[in-house]
Amino acid sequence: MAAAGAALAPGIENRLLSPPNAGRIRCSSSAVPARGALVVRGAALSEESRKNRSSALKAVAVKGEAPNLTTAKSGHEILLFDALREGLEEEMARDPTVCVIGEDVGHYGGSYKVTKGLAEKFGDLRVLDTPICENSFTGMGIGAAMTGLRTVVEGMNMGFLLLAYNQISNNAGMLHYTSGGQFKIPIVIRGPGGVGKQLGAEHSQRLESYFQSVPGLQMVACSTPYNAKGLMKAAIRSDNPVILYEHVLLYNLKERIPDEEYVLCLEEAELVRPGKDVTILTYSRMRHFVLQAAKTLVERGYDPEIIDIRSLKPFDLFTIGNSIKKTHKVLIVEECMRTGGIGASLRAAIVDNFWDFLDGRPECLSSQDVPTPYAATLEDATVVQPAQIVVKVEQMCQGLV
Amino acid sequence: MLDFPGAKAAFTSRMEFISPNAAEAVPCFRILDDLGRALDGSDIPEVDSSLAVKMYHTMVRLQTFDSIFYEAQRQGRISFYLTNIGEEALNVASAAALTKDDVVFPQYREHGVLMWRGFTLDEFANQCFSNEAGHGKGRQMPIHYGSEKLNYFTISSPIATQLPHAVGAAYGLKMDRKNACAVTYFGDGGSSEGDFHAACNFAAVLEAPVLFVCRNNGYAISTPACEQYKGDGIVVRGRGYGMTSIRVDGNDALAVFKAVSAARKLAVEQSKPVLIEAMTYRVGHHSTSDDSTKYRSGEEIAHWRSVRDPVLRFRRWLESNAWWSVEDEKELRGAARKEVISAMNQAEKKNKPPLSELFTDVYDTLPRNLLEQEATLRDTVSKNPPSLAPH
Repeated sequence: MAAAGAALAPGIENRLLSPPNAGRIRCSSSAVPARGALVVRGAALSEESRKNRSSALKAVAVKGEAPNLTTAKSGHEILLFDALREGLEEEMARDPTVCVIGEDVGHYGGSYKVTKGLAEKFGDLRVLDTPICENSFTGMGIGAAMTGLRTVVEGMNMGFLLLAYNQISNNAGMLHYTSGGQFKIPIVIRGPGGVGKQLGAEHSQRLESYFQSVPGLQMVACSTPYNAKGLMKAAIRSDNPVILYEHVLLYNLKERIPDEEYVLCLEEAELVRPGKDVTILTYSRMRHFVLQAAKTLVERGYDPEIIDIRSLKPFDLFTIGNSIKKTHKVLIVEECMRTGGIGASLRAAIVDNFWDFLDGRPECLSSQDVPTPYAATLEDATVVQPAQIVVKVEQMCQGLV
Repeated sequence: MLDFPGAKAAFTSRMEFISPNAAEAVPCFRILDDLGRALDGSDIPEVDSSLAVKMYHTMVRLQTFDSIFYEAQRQGRISFYLTNIGEEALNVASAAALTKDDVVFPQYREHGVLMWRGFTLDEFANQCFSNEAGHGKGRQMPIHYGSEKLNYFTISSPIATQLPHAVGAAYGLKMDRKNACAVTYFGDGGSSEGDFHAACNFAAVLEAPVLFVCRNNGYAISTPACEQYKGDGIVVRGRGYGMTSIRVDGNDALAVFKAVSAARKLAVEQSKPVLIEAMTYRVGHHSTSDDSTKYRSGEEIAHWRSVRDPVLRFRRWLESNAWWSVEDEKELRGAARKEVISAMNQAEKKNKPPLSELFTDVYDTLPRNLLEQEATLRDTVSKNPPSLAPH
């Protein structure tokens, strides 16, 4: 049963940084004055913003005001969209080359408030509102990244980024390779995707399915305020083009996250619940459905191991493989469609690498191969529901599949 | 005045449609006539003999390289090539008006810009032969050059995708207040792409220091300009975006030099984009995959190749200043031919890139799946004939 040692490559080095002892890194310049009227478009970088940038370069880690030691718990509660914003703001303060471009990201603060307040703080050139043309502002982000900036491109909805497919595939994904390594593209492409609540088919796309094949891209999906902030920071610091998938229904998730700075590892999966009966691999919104199903399963005496894979490209086969080695059963729960989704690729990778550990075929629960319908009952029927997860796990543990 | 958010315009009681085209086409700026003589009233730009001779040298080298490498493809020595014939003045004179800090985002018919900046004949040849010495590590088709050192961004085949890149680069330059601009080139065909529209609009709204240089050479493969657009070319679109624009004779090296110099000054000093439509003619076929006699007459091609040759036109101007002679010409042509052939032979002999470079640069470091794929490939190759062996 035990596989040859070669089945598992040496583990991906754990690059999870533990929070440092010192306080957060701070800019030493003065605050930006409050803005009243609409700022004129095309204004050059404001004096305040330029001072902020040059100070950030010389910023020194200082012991900031210490967290209130009288509170019982450390850390602060935050909603997911705000955690993304916090990560983005920290990176923009730390590195003056980080910029955001997208529709309504500036003074409007972003359609999902991920960039709220950033234009006021960093100026409307570093948080740039664009006319409506996804292919063009993605291309612009690529050009800026090739010439020294670290751009964060926001798609108002991930689905709109299909208009930018050529730029993402042929340019972001390829130019580092085709230029012989001369030009790098440290771009982050992010936005809300996934099936929402009656948003209609065009606003319910799962782009991870379409982009997973593009060589040169890295893809990560966040699912909690904690990993959202950590992955945002990691994606910005990466020299590779990274697509960060957020989910349109998870922005108001609340969690307590550390006050200290932390950056997560882009290639690492997250062990959410250790167990021994079955490995459940999931990501994004489905993580929460899996956890919901797990409550029922635990009541019924099952012990699922739940892994939020987080890294959609490349897969963290080290974590996944160690789990399958233990449980011998694997279920993938995804929101992608049955055909050509992350689940399809993950199944292939598991079969290729961990065949000897498996008691049965790798199972997968996916969305139906249909455009997402609007009517609520139909929409619910196209995505995996917690009840289905319970049924499948029971079948697997009872040897019925 | 009516003060809609979309426009502040005077009102009129007369309903009057704006006609599709103005009574006259936008005039085309030129300094030299077709025989290389300065026109009356011309304001010759500051081009001294050493600059002029250097420009001419580059044009001749470009012409020579093009004709020899085109033939090399015909002989099967390289798989693909495309020429700049007819656009040498546009390439070189525009490049000469820029500084080395200006970042260039080319389409693919701008080898002369790279040559002006200092890319050597060996470097050109290495890329065309996709050998291990090429900067692209053998990953791109011939003529898809790129040089980080020379601020010339690696060519990507799809049309006009570089236009938004140039705007992005200009955005960065604007933030850093650099004494530099972005410059991007595209053809009459490229101006039909959606990226052209969006890049122009973005550049104007953002007030980005970028030059949009349209090489209107009359053909997009087989599609003539009259089937590419119905307006008065590309220059008129500038006004549609609120962008300064000019139409220039792209076969007049002095006019191109002067217009690009002025446009660059405007872009850098005022942080604004400029659209330059350079009228020219694509003398060669689209590429080695095309036979343009299928869609245009031999007489038309011959006319533009000979009587309207921009290189000859510039040479005549040099000669009129006594900066060039028949002996100089003979010597340069001979030397250029020798140098190009030598570069070609050297490049052809070099090894192709090793297998170890198949998987690098996809990411900054090699992920597990690529390490596995490389190991599998090496295993396969080691069991196969020596011709596939890695080195």
